[in-house]
Amino acid sequence: MNIDLTINTDLARKILTGFIKSEITRVGFTNAVIGLSGGIDSAVSCALAAEALGPQNVLGVRMPYKSSSPDSLEDAEKTALGLGIQMETIEITPMVESLIQREPGMSKLRKGNLMARARMIVLYDQSEAFKGLVVGTSNKTEILLGYTTLWGDMASALNPIGDLYKTQVRQLACSMNIPRSVIDKPPSADFWVGQTDEADLGFTYEQVDKLLNMIVDKRCSIEDCMDDGFDKSFVEDVTARIRRSQFKRMMPLIAKLSSRTVGYDFLYLRDWGT
Amino acid sequence: MQLNLALAQIATKLGDVQFNLEKHLDFIGQARSQKADLIVFPELSLTGYMLQDIASTVAHRPLQDDPVFQPLFKASKDIDIVVGFVDEDLRHRFYIASAYLSDGRLLHVHHKLYLPTYALFDEGRFFTRGAGLQAFDTRFGRVGMLICEDFWHASPPYLLWLDGADILLFSSASPGRGLNEHDKLETAWWVEGVTQSYANLFTSFVAHSNRVGFEDGYNFWGGVTVFDPNGERIAHGPYYEEALTLACLDLNQLHRTRARLPLLRDERVDLVQKELNRILSK
Repeated sequence: MNIDLTINTDLARKILTGFIKSEITRVGFTNAVIGLSGGIDSAVSCALAAEALGPQNVLGVRMPYKSSSPDSLEDAEKTALGLGIQMETIEITPMVESLIQREPGMSKLRKGNLMARARMIVLYDQSEAFKGLVVGTSNKTEILLGYTTLWGDMASALNPIGDLYKTQVRQLACSMNIPRSVIDKPPSADFWVGQTDEADLGFTYEQVDKLLNMIVDKRCSIEDCMDDGFDKSFVEDVTARIRRSQFKRMMPLIAKLSSRTVGYDFLYLRDWGT
Repeated sequence: MQLNLALAQIATKLGDVQFNLEKHLDFIGQARSQKADLIVFPELSLTGYMLQDIASTVAHRPLQDDPVFQPLFKASKDIDIVVGFVDEDLRHRFYIASAYLSDGRLLHVHHKLYLPTYALFDEGRFFTRGAGLQAFDTRFGRVGMLICEDFWHASPPYLLWLDGADILLFSSASPGRGLNEHDKLETAWWVEGVTQSYANLFTSFVAHSNRVGFEDGYNFWGGVTVFDPNGERIAHGPYYEEALTLACLDLNQLHRTRARLPLLRDERVDLVQKELNRILSK
């Protein structure tokens, strides 16, 4: 099967900037708040928001922890300067440390989740201060794999890049005014020194994006994927990751008691009346 | 004879009929000032598309005393109007509908026949399927109307053609999807291709009206089109922005095309009937 994830970046930009403008202005806002990590996903979200709303209406927030890479901070600043957006830097170290110090030996995973959730708190606070909606930075690859923190980096009011695989986000980045160092460096959550996404996951984005496209978009079976040259254990691992992380893509379950229940049969889009 | 056709690709407010009505009256005014004879709005143009549980609360009947249709009837004194709305019948069933208004009167209502209930679509949960379809006479000749999924099936346009329609008016609220390397979404490629094919196969005029704007994460791509009986595209609206697109339909083209290409003359309806009877009796 010929899997080609090439996207027309002009068309993607047209749709996604239209989406950001529509969904922010129709509820009475004009501004966007975005966590700016120095990575490619947040750079693309910022660039799209700047194009949609005007750079002066976009606030990129750098939220370093004490172990965050200095390169990340520098790349975030270069991105903000290049786009002409506003930038704030708010350290999350004191917020996170107060919890970490209570429990010596806390796992890396818990620390990472704390950082992601501390950043969510900062962004939603800035949302009120800057009168802007939080624009998300999660891509389709990480959403499907569950390589995210629930109520952390997954939290946003709207997400323009959530239906683009990582390799497609990279294509979009190359078409926009994003520093080369941001595009070229290995993707990382930067929760600890030397961390990279691909080492964490055990495969490359190039590989997994093609496989996800076959499983999710093209509805291929495990056998179809193996016929296409994918290793059985890789296909099974990715399939299991998708299933296991379904809870991260959903609102909390509500126990149904009445004849009309939020989430089941009380059905309205968020854009109801706008 | 000529027909100056205006296709209104508008963005709607979801469930705000009064707001959408005012936009209709504004576009009708623009079309009138540009000497249009007929203006066609997209599917569910008075209500918005992803209605879900809003559907039953925004239904109207195309009657003279209905507060939403009253100003539209009044506006139709000097320009024919096709609007998309939720129709509620006397037994309180709800339909996705298109109404054709002319000279202050209702000429025809079409109820959507095929309600997509798969993938991102859930129309069958909220709406009733139309029971039939019919072409109808207008001051420009015989017309047939279809709504979106209706023309993803080959039989409705074919039946309207056999019923005498020389002008097919299609309306959609088409959620765009299928981003690849091309400069149009897969949805736009397919709809434009199939619309052109119907013009070719039926040697008829085919106009497609489609909305723009967003509802949650769904984008609507616009890009209205008009094809003549030779399959030539004679109008094309922009993508992703509100616009009023005008097309001048030279209705004498029907004579010229069908003199050259007598597909309608040679169509063997008896053969279709015979084979359908055989297939259905299996």
